[in-house]
Amino acid sequence: MSDITATVRAYADRFKSAKTRERPLSAHLKALEAESIHIMREVAAEFANPVMLYSIGKDSAVMLHLALKAFYPSRPPFPLQHVDSTFKFREMIAFRDAIAKELGLEIRVEINEDGRARGINPFDHGSQVHTQVMKTEALRNAMTRHKYDAAFGGARRDEEKSRAKERIFSFRDGNHGWDPKNQRPELWHNYNTKIRQGESIRVFPLSNWTELDIWQYILEEDIPIVPLYYAAERPVVERDGQTIMVDDERLPLKEGEKPELKMVRFRTLGCYPLTGAIMSNATTLEEIVLEMLTARTSERSGRLIDHDEAGSMEKKKREGYF
Amino acid sequence: MTVQTSRADVIARLTQSGQRGVLRFLTCGSVDDGKSTLIGRLLYDSKLLFEDQINVLEKDSRKHGTAGDEIDFALLLDGLEAEREQGITIDVAYRFFATEKRKFVVADTPGHEQYTRNMATGASTADVAVMMIDARKGVLVQTLRHTYIARMMGIRHIVLAVNKMDLVDHARGRFHEIVADYLKSADDLGFETITPIPMSARYGDNVTHRSESMSWHQGPTLLEHLETLDVDSDVQNEPFRMPVQWVNRPNLNFRGYSGTIVSGTVQPGDAIVIAQSGLTATVERIVTADGDLERAVAGEAVTLVLDREIDISRGDVIAAAEARPEVTDQFAAEVLWMSGDDLLPGRSYLLKIGTATTPATISSLKYRVDINTYEKKPSRKLEMNGIGQCNLSTARPIAFDPYHKIRDMGAFILIDRFTNQTVGAGMIEFGLRRASNIHHHAMDVSKSDRAQIKGQKPAILWFTGLSGAGKSTVANIVERKLAAAGHHTYSLDGDNVRHGLNRDLGFTDEDRVENIRRIGEVGKLFVDAGLLVTCSFISPFRSERRMVRELVEGDEFVEVFIDTPLEICMQRDPKGLYKKAQAGEIKNFTGFDSPYEAPENPEIRVDTSEISAEEAADQVIAKLREMGRLG
Repeated sequence: MSDITATVRAYADRFKSAKTRERPLSAHLKALEAESIHIMREVAAEFANPVMLYSIGKDSAVMLHLALKAFYPSRPPFPLQHVDSTFKFREMIAFRDAIAKELGLEIRVEINEDGRARGINPFDHGSQVHTQVMKTEALRNAMTRHKYDAAFGGARRDEEKSRAKERIFSFRDGNHGWDPKNQRPELWHNYNTKIRQGESIRVFPLSNWTELDIWQYILEEDIPIVPLYYAAERPVVERDGQTIMVDDERLPLKEGEKPELKMVRFRTLGCYPLTGAIMSNATTLEEIVLEMLTARTSERSGRLIDHDEAGSMEKKKREGYF
Repeated sequence: MTVQTSRADVIARLTQSGQRGVLRFLTCGSVDDGKSTLIGRLLYDSKLLFEDQINVLEKDSRKHGTAGDEIDFALLLDGLEAEREQGITIDVAYRFFATEKRKFVVADTPGHEQYTRNMATGASTADVAVMMIDARKGVLVQTLRHTYIARMMGIRHIVLAVNKMDLVDHARGRFHEIVADYLKSADDLGFETITPIPMSARYGDNVTHRSESMSWHQGPTLLEHLETLDVDSDVQNEPFRMPVQWVNRPNLNFRGYSGTIVSGTVQPGDAIVIAQSGLTATVERIVTADGDLERAVAGEAVTLVLDREIDISRGDVIAAAEARPEVTDQFAAEVLWMSGDDLLPGRSYLLKIGTATTPATISSLKYRVDINTYEKKPSRKLEMNGIGQCNLSTARPIAFDPYHKIRDMGAFILIDRFTNQTVGAGMIEFGLRRASNIHHHAMDVSKSDRAQIKGQKPAILWFTGLSGAGKSTVANIVERKLAAAGHHTYSLDGDNVRHGLNRDLGFTDEDRVENIRRIGEVGKLFVDAGLLVTCSFISPFRSERRMVRELVEGDEFVEVFIDTPLEICMQRDPKGLYKKAQAGEIKNFTGFDSPYEAPENPEIRVDTSEISAEEAADQVIAKLREMGRLG
């Protein structure tokens, strides 16, 4: 964990005084970066109470990095909001806290205390109920409590079919719901930011990035990410075709299951019981990217919630999930 | 296995495709033309589909597919459940793929006429349009429509994809016939390139691999063409423009202006001007988180520091001092309407251009374009998906360049002020000289002089409410009492306006809007003369009342809402109009079969159901006195 602190501290120093980069950023990443920065500045200028939803994963790392660049030498003029389902990997929480401390950022943490008191967990209640209560509801609570009028999310259009049609500025009604049939037309880079009181906009500055773009940007910009993305020996069990890490004692072991140490890493991070690991020896960013180039499975397949039923992501989004 | 894993090597490998930049294209054509199949094929053949995506695709093909036992590529793209069930692509979907030479963003847009706005959305960020044609059907009306939209949105390159060649026996003659037919209409529209390719998307022929059945085709495959097409725009060679997004002020020692450069280049030492104010300065630094730049070009997001403190805020355009954009409050534009509520000349909308937002009205609709035949037709309104040539006027002057010269300096959206929906998109063609030639004549006697002589503060007292609410009755008593107290007044109502000034107007929505606009302008002149003007009109739409409010200065518009419940109005029915409406003799009667949008924050609200008209008038006058309008 001290590694995390040192890495994040060195990262924070880079934003104290800008240094000219040694190698120019790849042309297409430069264009994507400029587009994302433009989007973030529009939000900062036009909304009264924006927030950045921070999930600690690689996309959030890129999104935060872009925000640090967009407003330089100012600090990002909005807080970060993390929705903690209480089942995140422990390393994610350590990373989040280091980011807040070393970069001097305000990261607000929302936990659905009602759900926690009821003992909602993915083992007894299933991934759907757990996600609904501990993520979707918690997020809605945070949106309502803090009266955010705009919230950045790290979703990308290449992730999933229903996201391919989502706007960059995605309107939400007073109940944080999304109506896919009634989206505002979005032309050029001219974004309609008008809303009424109680309504909000979800903003996706990474809409046009692909998974490979994200990794390449992390590589070229040297952005720190949670060490779980790198391969290491970790205690795992095989379950329903997925490799699940035994991150703490709450994971109930089934008959005959015995945690084994395996060389694994994660392509996406979320709740540990719902996130499948992949076998890998990639211990550096370079190796991760090379692995990506030959990968034949898309990243969301590691997320158990997406397999629940066809079109499930669209349903979750209508209810307010990102 | 040994792999080279130095960072430089990995980046070099990654940037093979990235350095050619990104090509953005859109596909147009109806669902039967095989557009989604084409994109699915591009993704599949580029080996860009992951195993799990292919598994889902095979499962979906069996459930919803229309291609028998084969993979239905279209299912990859039709993302939303409802669309999948209906089998049509309603919305714009964005897809990403890359080859070794280039990265691609595909906008897949629907083809039916009612989705013109979706295609325009996809076209607004595209470099190339791929026009799908079914070889059996040839050039259709919709092909011409899509071509018109592509031209209007400023797309410079067309690929004419003649698909389903397998169903016409790969006949060369048929292909050439279609190409000749298309060029008849499209050749003189000013596209830079039009590239016809015969193909069969279902089998990948001339999409990703050369077709053996069509060896007569000498040109490139679709993918080869897209990989090599030069789409660099000349926007870099246009004069420098940067709309200010955000003033960057971390502490007292730093003041910068953040924005995205939309055209040209900038260097420290360059002379710049703030377009709207005409203030000039010199660029001192170009600040980024990657250090100061010696030069920045169109497309880059930067922060400029100037050599002196001048007044700059969001919405201003920083421009090259020697080549300034035009600044005007009146201009001509092509407008695409995207809302179910018609565009009505005279109604007030919000216009967003670059980073500036200002109230605006369509001052005139010169003509509507029939995009199926390219004919210009006279019209008094635009319906959803209608395209028209309009003159617009804005509440504040805007800085612009013509759309076809610098896209981001001439593109605007129109926002409905009540629903906040994006209802229109426009492309500025030229400024109207009127604004700069008709200078306001400086009068020796001012509005305040005239008002002072009369010992009052002029205002429009706008009485709104349902028919039979008592507007005219109360307004009449208010005027009588004001006159009796020595105030100078005038009264405008339906009778004295409809019989003269507005004799030419009927009762359609657009005529109602124009009616109110004219009354507002006359009221404004009377306010200028120093009078207290009572106006009694049902004026059912919030947007029209707001339009009048914005014609005069902040406190000169006093909205008086005669808030009498509908049942009481119907009981009173002084002119017998509700009876006629109930009998079906009058259509579009407000409160009955046409909506009344009640004021949200009127200055004065009176309910006449419990009190007499005299008492209501006294309440109004007491409020006016409280507001200080009566001297």
